Amino acid sequence: MIHLSFYDLLIAAALIALLATLSWHYRLGLTGQLIVASLRTLVQLLLVGLILKVLFETPNIWLLTLIACVMLAAASREVLARQKYPFKGWWGYGLSSGSMFISSFTVTLLALTVIIENQPWYSPQYAIPLLGMLLGNTMTGIALSLDRLSSDAYRQKNIIEQRLMLGQNSQTAIHHIKSDSLRAGLMPTINAMATAGLVSLPGMMTGQILAGSPPVEAVKYQILILFLITAGTGFGTLCAVSIASRHLFDERHRLRLDKLRR
Amino acid sequence: MSIRGASGSGKSLLLRCLADLDPHQGRIYLNGAEHLSLTAPQWRCKVGLMPATPVWWYDTVGEHLERKHLPHLEALGFSSDVLSWNIERLSSGEQQRLALVRLLAHEPEVLLLDEPSANLDQSNTQQMETLVLSYLKQRQAVAVWVSHDAEQASRVAQQCFVFQQRHLLPQTL
Repeated sequence: MIHLSFYDLLIAAALIALLATLSWHYRLGLTGQLIVASLRTLVQLLLVGLILKVLFETPNIWLLTLIACVMLAAASREVLARQKYPFKGWWGYGLSSGSMFISSFTVTLLALTVIIENQPWYSPQYAIPLLGMLLGNTMTGIALSLDRLSSDAYRQKNIIEQRLMLGQNSQTAIHHIKSDSLRAGLMPTINAMATAGLVSLPGMMTGQILAGSPPVEAVKYQILILFLITAGTGFGTLCAVSIASRHLFDERHRLRLDKLRR
Repeated sequence: MSIRGASGSGKSLLLRCLADLDPHQGRIYLNGAEHLSLTAPQWRCKVGLMPATPVWWYDTVGEHLERKHLPHLEALGFSSDVLSWNIERLSSGEQQRLALVRLLAHEPEVLLLDEPSANLDQSNTQQMETLVLSYLKQRQAVAVWVSHDAEQASRVAQQCFVFQQRHLLPQTL
């Protein structure tokens, strides 16, 4: 493996600086965001690198659990932030964290104990990257689908209520919006699977090849990851949309948009 | 019965509460049974609300109504090819008449009609009134008819109420 020096990273950073300068010159209003996002990448990844270094040297299931909880909390906050009309109070937070916990953690656990079977199963070298990739993708899927669900429920309030007036139950009345929301949440993952290898080389596989792994091994891991991500995102999105679509109504099948923050 | 009242006096809200679409403290009875003794969808099949502005979710009339509803459609002046019509090309008056047929298709025992003839001319209003009254007679059903038109109220209703300062007061016809 070819080790990267500080100057190598500086060259890549110079490209970002050039882009920021161009954005400032053409008044695109992206300069600030670009710089903040780049600094966040730098600080967050360096910190994770340091934590992983310690964790790899002394594998500890409690420390691993703590890190997993921090990752889940950060992902839940992000899901909430990406929605235009999230649920009020702790409900929104609980819904996203619960759905991600059920899907990502279950799929990661299954992969670690049944497929990879490393000893110990919680070996951080496998557990953290796997959970990270699953959480990241599930987070995007859940955020997209919940945003679509609440926005469409808001926009199509009259249609939902007209269906209720004709005697449909709440889940039938909102069924078309649920389908669209699930599709919105799953489409990026399905597209990634459909174009993998043809349009782009997936990031993890590219990373492994750059780090010196045999291409066939990297491909096998990438297939595993893509399948796990799709399953995790699918289960998580399904869970979140099912619970959210029920919570949008009360026990008398009335549409309760007052539960959403506007 | 008909209900009249100024805009914003609570006529539509009352109809929505009767259809159990908005949370309320009241108790509603139909033939001695309280609304809570039925599930909300069962209740709304019996107590059907037609809002002032009906909405549609499929492209054509035929996706909302079936051939068996043609007698009602023809009674309101529609030709037999109405089922192939595109919803987007309908006038607000046509939409209102179709919404009435859609409501009657579910055979409710109580019709809650929120200004059902607001966008209709005199001839269509008459056809609508005739259809509603014959339905009520045939099905032994009742209707709560919100209307701004005092003359219409006297034509269709046996009891008339008016909203005044948030109270529903009886009025002589």
